[in-house]
Amino acid sequence: MSGRVLVGVKRVIDYAVKIRVKPDNSSVVTDGVKHSMNPFCEIAVEEAVKMKEKKFIKEVVVVSCGPQQAQETIRTALAMGADRGIHVDVTGKDYDNLGPLQVSKIMAALAKKEEAQLVILGKQAIDDDCNQTGQMTAALLDWPQGTFASEVTLEGDKMKVVREIDGGLETIKINTPAVITADLRLNTPRYATLPNIMKAKKKKIDKVKPADLGVDITSRLEVLRVDEPPHREAGVKLETVADLVDKLKEAGTI
Amino acid sequence: MLLGLKASRRLLSHRHCFQQYRSIKSENTARSAPLDSVLSAFRSICGEDGVSLGEAVKEQHGKDESMHRCCPPDVVLFPRCVEEVSALAKICNHHHLPIIPFGTGTGLEGGVCAVKGGVCFSLRNMEQVLELHPEDFDVTVEPGVTRKALNTYLRDTGLWFPVDPGADASLCGMAATSASGTNAVRYGTMRENVLNLEVVLADGTVLHTAGKGRRPRKTAAGYNLTNLFVGSEGTLGIITKTTLRLYGIPESMVSAVCSFPSVQAAVDSTVQILQAGVPIARIEFLDDVMIDACNRFSSLSYPVTPTLFLEFHGSERSLEEQVHTAEDITQSNGGSDFQWAKDAETRNRLWKARHDAWYAALALRPGCKAYATDVCVPLSRLPQIIVETKEDLIENRLTGPIAGHVGDGNFHCLMVVEPNDPAELRRVHLFTERLARRALAMDGTCTGEHGVGLGKRALLCEEIGPEAVRVMQGLKDTLDTKNLMNPGKILQPREQ
Repeated sequence: MSGRVLVGVKRVIDYAVKIRVKPDNSSVVTDGVKHSMNPFCEIAVEEAVKMKEKKFIKEVVVVSCGPQQAQETIRTALAMGADRGIHVDVTGKDYDNLGPLQVSKIMAALAKKEEAQLVILGKQAIDDDCNQTGQMTAALLDWPQGTFASEVTLEGDKMKVVREIDGGLETIKINTPAVITADLRLNTPRYATLPNIMKAKKKKIDKVKPADLGVDITSRLEVLRVDEPPHREAGVKLETVADLVDKLKEAGTI
Repeated sequence: MLLGLKASRRLLSHRHCFQQYRSIKSENTARSAPLDSVLSAFRSICGEDGVSLGEAVKEQHGKDESMHRCCPPDVVLFPRCVEEVSALAKICNHHHLPIIPFGTGTGLEGGVCAVKGGVCFSLRNMEQVLELHPEDFDVTVEPGVTRKALNTYLRDTGLWFPVDPGADASLCGMAATSASGTNAVRYGTMRENVLNLEVVLADGTVLHTAGKGRRPRKTAAGYNLTNLFVGSEGTLGIITKTTLRLYGIPESMVSAVCSFPSVQAAVDSTVQILQAGVPIARIEFLDDVMIDACNRFSSLSYPVTPTLFLEFHGSERSLEEQVHTAEDITQSNGGSDFQWAKDAETRNRLWKARHDAWYAALALRPGCKAYATDVCVPLSRLPQIIVETKEDLIENRLTGPIAGHVGDGNFHCLMVVEPNDPAELRRVHLFTERLARRALAMDGTCTGEHGVGLGKRALLCEEIGPEAVRVMQGLKDTLDTKNLMNPGKILQPREQ
């Protein structure tokens, strides 16, 4: 057992930002907009760091795929307590078309290369809401998966995962190595403090290209159009019940 | 659209409301007739959506978290930038319309009550974090940015803005009321943490109190205009930007609780902890009545006796030393049951009593409302004032559990009162006046954090004296010749 955990983190538009669609409806506006680590990825990093603090594992390696700015996100994870980072360099059109299939191929390749015992990802990204990367990574590696985890406990060479499902909570026991995806209630991520941000500057970030890992990142999807949700129409105030009934009849609802 | 379609009907009903207002309010500056032309001028500046005459909207903007009754403005404006604020102010100035700035409505002294009607400037659409300089520990924000929103924005930088008045208030609003909070003992109040302000005056002038864009950590340049506006409660201008001093997020935190046999013992411990040089972050006092309420409300079992809640910030090693020193001191003063915790979950559990204090107080008498007093005295006088206050409460059969920022000598009696009982309301009112005068007699102030607003204008005169009041009035007259900025607050009307 290497005692190594691989955590994937994604740089997304900050959750507090009001999203705007580009005038040409090709995508959302990202220039000049605040970006930060995907909230579920923060929870994933926190879980890995907690495991290391409890001495269940030895090393937390953080991975992010994207252009140079992805390194900022890796640095935040390092400031939270991760040991080193891997920046998978993907730019331009390749980055625009990067989706769960490509990322999961990369994660699988890295998991093998780094001999990871565990891969922890956020359950989904708040920009595309795909909720696929963890599952695809597990399939590519032929590893068990504990998705929507709200509680994770290592028990020898197995893992107990409490999953949040529609009906409530489901507890499963899976072998390791495994893939976990973090749900909201798994933990409360710590803030990066200034001293830790300083220390993180000295930690190593390796840069690799997908080709170096033998991964083909061509996408089979094409985004046709992006639209905002329809604007809410103003309501109309009516004076009497008779008016209301008339209006409803007009609108064809009764 | 709605305004356009039903304009005539709305304005008619609006005029009807004016008739009502006319009978209620004594002063009636020229409001109804020119208001219609004024409205179109407003709309041309901040758009149709930026002007609201809706009843619900006006009511929302005529009250805050205090017990002062709602005084809605005549119209609510939603400007989007300082240029719009300035243009709108010029119109109000021309037509002699009162201007009431509105942030989040979380004030506690009726600061946004439009006692003379007028125009409410709701600044919530100006919500940008404008300039962050992490290496310089400063940030500039607009009025729509609240304290929690800023700290969320800053979370990846390792910085935070520590002034924490409890509510998720607008930072510019906090500057306007010189807000403080539970960790003022270590990080200071707004007065110490505002570096620069952009303010729109009553005549539309845009003023930068420390010079445009300037943010040195200290300055000796000219009169301190920045701190003139901090705490001015909207009576001197509309704050449209504030530059704030930031701090590093603490590496680690430890929370502790300790019970004491007497108020004196608790306060003595506080003084000694400060004298020992422990950079304590929060030190909160809860009296026995409050602890009892908290025990009941949160199903806890703290000993029902004066209690201190402490919080320490620092590196792992310095925390050990801080906690050790504090524990020794509390023990030497008869403190017992010293519990402390480092992980977030246990810390929250330990502090739960303090966090829920307001609700615990309200739960003592369901259906009642609460009003918090806010006196602040030199530390050495704290035991005496708390003891005398408790005697007063018992003698007058009032419910007033006490929670206080002992490190600052500031405490709040959470007066729980039946709002429909005029006799009780009167007793509470007299009690709060006695309390304020007691604090003044001990070299203190009638308001440590909440501001003067509507309710403490007379006490302010007693506190600072006629000469200072004259100077304040002179400044007000200079900056706001027509008395349009938030009339009726801080200073008493001259006619009386």
